[in-house]
Amino acid sequence: MNAVIDKQEPAGAGLRKPRAHLAGAGGVYLDCGNADIDMSIQERIWAMARALREDARLEGIREVVPGVNNLLVLFDPLRLDPGAAREHVLRLWEDIAPGRTESRQVDIPVVYGGEPGIDLKDLAENAGLRIQDYVELHSSATYQVVCLGSTPGFAYMSGLPQRLHAPRRSSPRLRVPGGSVMIGGVQAGVIPGDAPSGWHILGRTALDIFDPRRDPPCLLMPGDTVRFVPQKVLA
Amino acid sequence: MMQVLTSGAMNLVQDRGRTGYLHLGVCRGGAMDALSLDYANALVGNEADAAGIEIAMFPFKLRFDRDAVFACTGGDARIELDGSLVAPWWSRSARAGQTLVVQRPARGMRVVLGVSGGVDVPLLLGARGTDLKAGYGGFEGRGLKRLDTLALHPHHGLALPGAGLGCVPRQVPELLRQLAEGCVTVRVLPAAEFEEFTAESVQRLFGAPWTVTADANRQGYRLQGDAPLQMTARRELLSHGIVPGVVQVPPAGQPIIQLAEANTCGGYPKIATVIEADLWRLGQVPSGCALRFERVDVAAAIAALREQDDDLRALRANLPLVAKRLQ
Repeated sequence: MNAVIDKQEPAGAGLRKPRAHLAGAGGVYLDCGNADIDMSIQERIWAMARALREDARLEGIREVVPGVNNLLVLFDPLRLDPGAAREHVLRLWEDIAPGRTESRQVDIPVVYGGEPGIDLKDLAENAGLRIQDYVELHSSATYQVVCLGSTPGFAYMSGLPQRLHAPRRSSPRLRVPGGSVMIGGVQAGVIPGDAPSGWHILGRTALDIFDPRRDPPCLLMPGDTVRFVPQKVLA
Repeated sequence: MMQVLTSGAMNLVQDRGRTGYLHLGVCRGGAMDALSLDYANALVGNEADAAGIEIAMFPFKLRFDRDAVFACTGGDARIELDGSLVAPWWSRSARAGQTLVVQRPARGMRVVLGVSGGVDVPLLLGARGTDLKAGYGGFEGRGLKRLDTLALHPHHGLALPGAGLGCVPRQVPELLRQLAEGCVTVRVLPAAEFEEFTAESVQRLFGAPWTVTADANRQGYRLQGDAPLQMTARRELLSHGIVPGVVQVPPAGQPIIQLAEANTCGGYPKIATVIEADLWRLGQVPSGCALRFERVDVAAAIAALREQDDDLRALRANLPLVAKRLQ
């Protein structure tokens, strides 16, 4: 159950120089991104987030938020000088060894299609696949949680097979039911609670993705690998 | 205990919000006008993390079921305790059985009610504030309704002189004047993609006023200007964490200011960030009002925050002494 990603590579090797911007006086935003998601960059981001959380010398840090190939660090600017924070984050990017990211494997049971998976039929048609083959392709892939965000517990996942990539809906739905298993662009995800979304809905899981009273509240964490397990495919 | 007699769905138990959970997708939330919350708490002798009530729908009525010290801060509302007028930014004693009525402010959007002890709702993810979008925190994760009964933490409150005590933050008279004139200024710092906007767009951002549209709530305000803001080249960004106060520019070019309950990740380019010391002002700006962005540097942003911090610290240190002397 507890696999560990353990990759060692020379610091900064082959990666393009990131840009560090201030996000207000109390924030530094490190943007390492190119057009596509790069998981080797992401492993460095995760390692930086760990280092920043564990470094007790950094007084005044309030939030460390890994995004997709980027990192937002928020702090109290009355206790930590923003220029010094920016320098620290840039230096950390150079020095960090990607190290070990804890990774659990999480299986998500899914009822595909029908009313819970209202877009499945159209998606399959657009991909030129039979519904069964679409489900087979979606559920045989291995996904990885890149970061959490947007709404509580929402996991942005990489690993969606290219054949299934589909641009987001031109206008978002005002309410997508919690537990909906979705795809959007090149990403996959499960929406934890009822919320608006422009992603396509393939099915639904009964798993509780986010519960603020649970410890930890999130079912999925960055680095976790995810598989979708078909329970049923509805017409 | 306090019993709600009249309320609306946007009246919420709020505190300073959640810190340390942004990486899980949990937004900061908390009071839209945090300066008013801080003063409401200070004026009744509460700790800074106590929960009060953010009132955005009026009239709001409640009955005190125990003796308490209270203060209403924020908009310049008409406030009555059993029919007798109480000034905003003023703490008073209420006896069990007395009724408090807060009317719609002439200027400003929100009133914050602080009560000695603070509203006793369960601590969830480190805070007591309501996350309305996610539906948790505060009082059952929702706005207050008629006949809701709110518990208070035990507290004796400040030992007040008979007429009570008050303190208006130095920034408030200026904001009320701007609200009356229909144009509020907030200070901003350039954000990550600032340099990628055209020179005309940057000029427009700081030149003309922007109107707050009807699409304005705890998540953010959509703004409308005469002409859209444009980048020199369109660029797709990967999802990234954002801060309350960030001014995003979607492809259509009309900016959005993300606020307390914003999604924690965004993808739109960011042109500016409203400085932390001015976020409370936005909590008082109604739809239809104009906003003007004033560019400042980091030193000015920090100085403004330090001034607020020092003022509040001084108030907290001096209130008990002043109260004692006046008794």
